Amino acid sequence: MELSRIVITGVGLTAPNGNSLSEFRSNLLNGIAGISRTEIRYMGEVLAGICDFDPLRYQKKKELRVGTRAGSISIYCSREALKDSGVDIESINRDRVGIYVGITEHGNVETENEIHNISQFDYDTKFWTHHHNPRTVANNPAGEASLNLKVTGPAYTIGAACAAGNLGVVHALQMLQIGEVDFAIAGGVSESIHTFGIFAGFKSQGALADHADPNKASRPFDADRNGIVVSEGGALYTLERLEDAQARDAKIYGEIAGYHVNSDATDYVLPNPERQTQCMRAALKKANLAPNDIHIVNTHATATPMGDIQECQAIAEVFADCPDTYVNNTKGFIGHAMGAAGALELAGNLPAFEDRIVHPSINVDSLDPKCAIPNLVLNQSIEAKRVDAILNNSFGMLGINSALIVKSFLD
Amino acid sequence: MSKDECKQVVLDIIAEIAPDEELSDVKPEVALREQLDLDSMDFLDIVMELRKKHGIEVPESEYGQLVSLDSCAEYLTPKFNALV
Repeated sequence: MELSRIVITGVGLTAPNGNSLSEFRSNLLNGIAGISRTEIRYMGEVLAGICDFDPLRYQKKKELRVGTRAGSISIYCSREALKDSGVDIESINRDRVGIYVGITEHGNVETENEIHNISQFDYDTKFWTHHHNPRTVANNPAGEASLNLKVTGPAYTIGAACAAGNLGVVHALQMLQIGEVDFAIAGGVSESIHTFGIFAGFKSQGALADHADPNKASRPFDADRNGIVVSEGGALYTLERLEDAQARDAKIYGEIAGYHVNSDATDYVLPNPERQTQCMRAALKKANLAPNDIHIVNTHATATPMGDIQECQAIAEVFADCPDTYVNNTKGFIGHAMGAAGALELAGNLPAFEDRIVHPSINVDSLDPKCAIPNLVLNQSIEAKRVDAILNNSFGMLGINSALIVKSFLD
Repeated sequence: MSKDECKQVVLDIIAEIAPDEELSDVKPEVALREQLDLDSMDFLDIVMELRKKHGIEVPESEYGQLVSLDSCAEYLTPKFNALV
């Protein structure tokens, strides 16, 4: 069966250093990060990537009070992606629109807030809010977007740890190809910085970054990296079958060429480079591309001591003898946006199809020799001879791996 | 507490749970849901805020007493005054 080609026709995002693709891209090319200090319950001061989009652009104050931060991020990104796509959501059949939002986790923020709330009342559960369940159901971030957009097609989340941003896009591609929907809004979001548990968990694991200068704290591949900076954010795309996009003369950012998702089945948290290698190779095979057809590999590297090395090993193996394949990373700028990471990091590279500029990995003052793989773009952007295809890695806990390949659209 | 003071307490709660609403010309004799964008979840919020902020309990069988500002004042004022 010949499957439809699926293309990206709109981008909506909020990152700690930008609330639109153009702002985000400009900051990635100019070395501008977006990490700051913030106070968090029980832990005090932590480093985090905080987004400053205006939620009231698309929501009422009451909706903000009742809903969740993840829901707000989804709504903002959905609306921005739709605006960018040129599609008037009210003029299309909303039964045939799917919303697929990748999440690392959901519900920790709201549950923690309620426990804090009832702690003020001697833990009497009659003070527990009736909003708790609709806020914490796992489909909340997608469901809030469906309410806001009056989308009556399928709207749900994809739980896939920090691979989730890629998986939202993969799932949309599949649903479009099998004809379940005619138009999709997909990617990933995260509100994780609003709960102490994520920070405390990484700290207990010895994986929470610390640095005197917040914007230098997230430093993948640097010899002095010391862990993850947790961030919030979101990136959602509008995705369509190529024939539908062309019929309405849509702007096309790129075509989803291939993907693969697999599992390590080896450890709760430690990655497995052998499975990462398999994942990238399987994605290349599905895309019918050779390694040297990829011109940008965006790494998942989160700045943990082992994780960065293992991913570099996997990339060095898959992309050996590929002189035109550049490797970069986005987390030095924005930290780890968890469920949004894969989708946001892909967005940061998409404009390279037009300008051929590969944004750098920043904060690499002293490259870890174990991460010194060929064509790692460090601290300064470079101009590539060509950028025809991007491979976007996103990996997550419990050993989930994803590689998504997007290629420049050529009719 | 007077009935007017009681109405103000209720209005202050509504201002928090329905922050988009204009409350300056709420008619006390008219049902709140007829003049404001309030749903059943919002009324649960009013009940919760009365409990949290003022220690007032409204049993489910008596939620109907909160239909308008006037009925709120009629029903809640004795409860407030019984607290002191």
